[in-house]
Amino acid sequence: MTGRRQQQSGGSDMPRPGANRGDTQTSAGRASDVVVSSRVRLARNLAGFRFPNRAPASERTAVVVRLKPVVLGARLSPQMEWVDLTSTTAMHRHALVEERLISRQHAMGKAGEPMHGRAVAIGLHERRLSIMINEEDHLRLQVIRRGFDLAGAFEEIDAADDALEQKADYAFSPRFGYLTACPTNVGTGARLSVMLHLPALKITRELEKVKRAADDLGLTVRGSYGEGSDATGDFYQISNQTTIGKSEAVLLREMESEIIPSVIAYERTARERLLKGGRRGMEDQAWRAVGVLLHARLLSTEEATKLLSRIRFGIALGLIPGLKLHLIHQLLVAAQPAHIQMAIGQELTQEQRREARAALLRAKLGEAFAHERPASRLIRPGSPEAAPEPPVGPSNRPPTVDPGDQGPGNANDR
Amino acid sequence: MTSGHYGSALGVGMVKCDLCDAEATVHETQIVNGQVMVRRLCERHAAENGLTGVAATHVSSPSATVVLSMNKPGSALRCETCGLSYAAFRQHGLLGCPSCYETFEDKLSPLIERAHQGGTHHIGKTPRRMLAAAQDGDVQAIERVLGGARERAERFALLRKQLEEALASEQYERAAVLRDELRRFDAQGQGPTTGPAQDDPPLDEPR
Repeated sequence: MTGRRQQQSGGSDMPRPGANRGDTQTSAGRASDVVVSSRVRLARNLAGFRFPNRAPASERTAVVVRLKPVVLGARLSPQMEWVDLTSTTAMHRHALVEERLISRQHAMGKAGEPMHGRAVAIGLHERRLSIMINEEDHLRLQVIRRGFDLAGAFEEIDAADDALEQKADYAFSPRFGYLTACPTNVGTGARLSVMLHLPALKITRELEKVKRAADDLGLTVRGSYGEGSDATGDFYQISNQTTIGKSEAVLLREMESEIIPSVIAYERTARERLLKGGRRGMEDQAWRAVGVLLHARLLSTEEATKLLSRIRFGIALGLIPGLKLHLIHQLLVAAQPAHIQMAIGQELTQEQRREARAALLRAKLGEAFAHERPASRLIRPGSPEAAPEPPVGPSNRPPTVDPGDQGPGNANDR
Repeated sequence: MTSGHYGSALGVGMVKCDLCDAEATVHETQIVNGQVMVRRLCERHAAENGLTGVAATHVSSPSATVVLSMNKPGSALRCETCGLSYAAFRQHGLLGCPSCYETFEDKLSPLIERAHQGGTHHIGKTPRRMLAAAQDGDVQAIERVLGGARERAERFALLRKQLEEALASEQYERAAVLRDELRRFDAQGQGPTTGPAQDDPPLDEPR
C-alpha cells in the first residue's frame, strides 16, 4: 500500500445506533437474499469557501487543513484512516473505488490524476463509513451497511454529520437548505441507495416495470457502480433523485417501508415462480457456475462477476448449501482489477490479471467448500481434480425462498 | 444543454427577434462564399428553426461556414463572491460557491423545482449547532438559519399541504411522519407564528 495515511484512535467502541443485533462477521444483513447493501450519503460544504470545482489549489488545501482535524477528531469510528489521494498510486485509488469508498470522479480528476487537495477518511469499523474531502462538494459523507438497512445507515450518518457540524460551519440557507455545488443535490443533500440483486426479474423481463415505477416515484435505477455503470451480474442501485421539498424522514420512510420492500417482494415472487417452473435447471445453472470458478484458469472481471452472480442467486434460493452470501460479496470486490493487483502486490497486464483472478477465486471458493465440508475428499484449489459433487442431505442453511416443489421433477432445460 | 429560463428584467441592450417583438436570444451568423448573413431570433423562433440546444456550433463545408452563437440575456450575470457567470454555470452545471444561490436565485428556482419533483423549499434537517446557537441569539441569527417570517410561513404551508394530501390519500404512516415534522418545526420556532400547534389537522390513525 502506498500513499500517506494516518490512523487515529477515536476512543472506545462507539455505540452503534440501529445496528443489526444479530450482526456477525459473516452475516450479510437483513433481506440479503435480494439486498446486497444500503447506503446513505450526505453532501455538505463549508461556509466561506468556494466549491472545489471553482477553488484554486490553495483554497482546496485550506479546506483540507480546516477539515482534517475536524474529521479525525470527531470520534466517528473507533479508528479512522486518512488517505491523501493526491499522493497515492492510481491502483490504490481504483481499489478504493472498487470498495465504493470513493467515487470514480474522486479517484480520477482531469488527466487521470486527482485534483490537488483530495482526500478520504475511512472509518475502519467494517470499513463502512467514508468521508470524501473536495470531491464535488467539500464533504461527502457516506455509510454503507450490509443488507437492507437504510434506517441504520441514516442514523449513523446523521450522527456523524452532527459531530462534524460541531466544529465546522456549513453552507446553509433557510430557503435551499444545505448548499451544494450541483443544484441536483441541494436541500437535504441526502442520497439514499439500495443495491439489489435482481436476477429473477431480469430473467422474467420485468425489470422495465421496476424502472418505470421507480421513475414515477422520483427514484433512479442504475448499474452497481452508479451513474453510467452497467448492471453486470444483475446488480442494480435504486436511489432518490429529489433532495429538496421532502424531509429526510419522509424520504427514508418512503424508501424503507414502501418502495424497496415492494421491489424485494416482486423479485422474490419471480424467484418462486422460476423455481416452480424448473428447479433442477436453476440448480444446474448455479452449480455450473461453481464448477467454472473452481477450475477456470483465466477469468475476466465481467465473467467472474456474472458467475458470482449466478452462485449468489443459487445461495439465495437455497440451492447451494455451504456457501455464504457475504463471501460472495467479498469475492465480487476481490475479483475487481485493482484488488487483484493489490493482492499480488504489483501492476499486472490484462492477461496476468485474468490468470491471477482465476487463481484467487479457485483458492477462495475451494477453501470455503473445504471449510464447510471437511469430510469432503474434493476441492483442492488449483488441483486438476473433478468438480465437487453437489452435497447430499439437508442444508444447514434454511433456504431464503420456499423452494416449492421438492422433487427433482421434469426440469426445463435452459 | 437545455434552453433554460431567462428573466425578463435584464433587458439591457435588448435586441428584437427578426420575426417578432420578443427578445432575440440566438444569433446565427452564416458565412456563405465569403458573404456574411446574420439572423437574430427569439427562443421560440429559434426553436422553430431548429436552432436551440446548441451553445455554439461550427459547421464547415467548402462553401459555407455556419457560426451559431447564443447570446442569452442574463448570461452576463456574475456572482460577486466567486466570479462565476450564469452562462458558465449553464455550461458546466456546477455552481462556484454558496453565494451563487443568492446571486442566481431567480434563475435557479425554476431549475431546482423541475429537477426535484416540484420541490421549492428545503424541508428537513437544520444544522443543529447553528440552530442551537441562533436560538440563544438575536432575531437576525435565527433568521439566518430558519429564514424570515415569510419564508417560514411558506415552508410551514408546504408541509401542511403535504400532510393534508397524505391524509386525503389515506397514507397515514406518511402523515404521521409529516405531523412529527410539523411539531418539530413548532418546537424550533420554525412555524409562522408562536403557537400554530392548534392548527394541526386532526390525525385519526387507524392502527
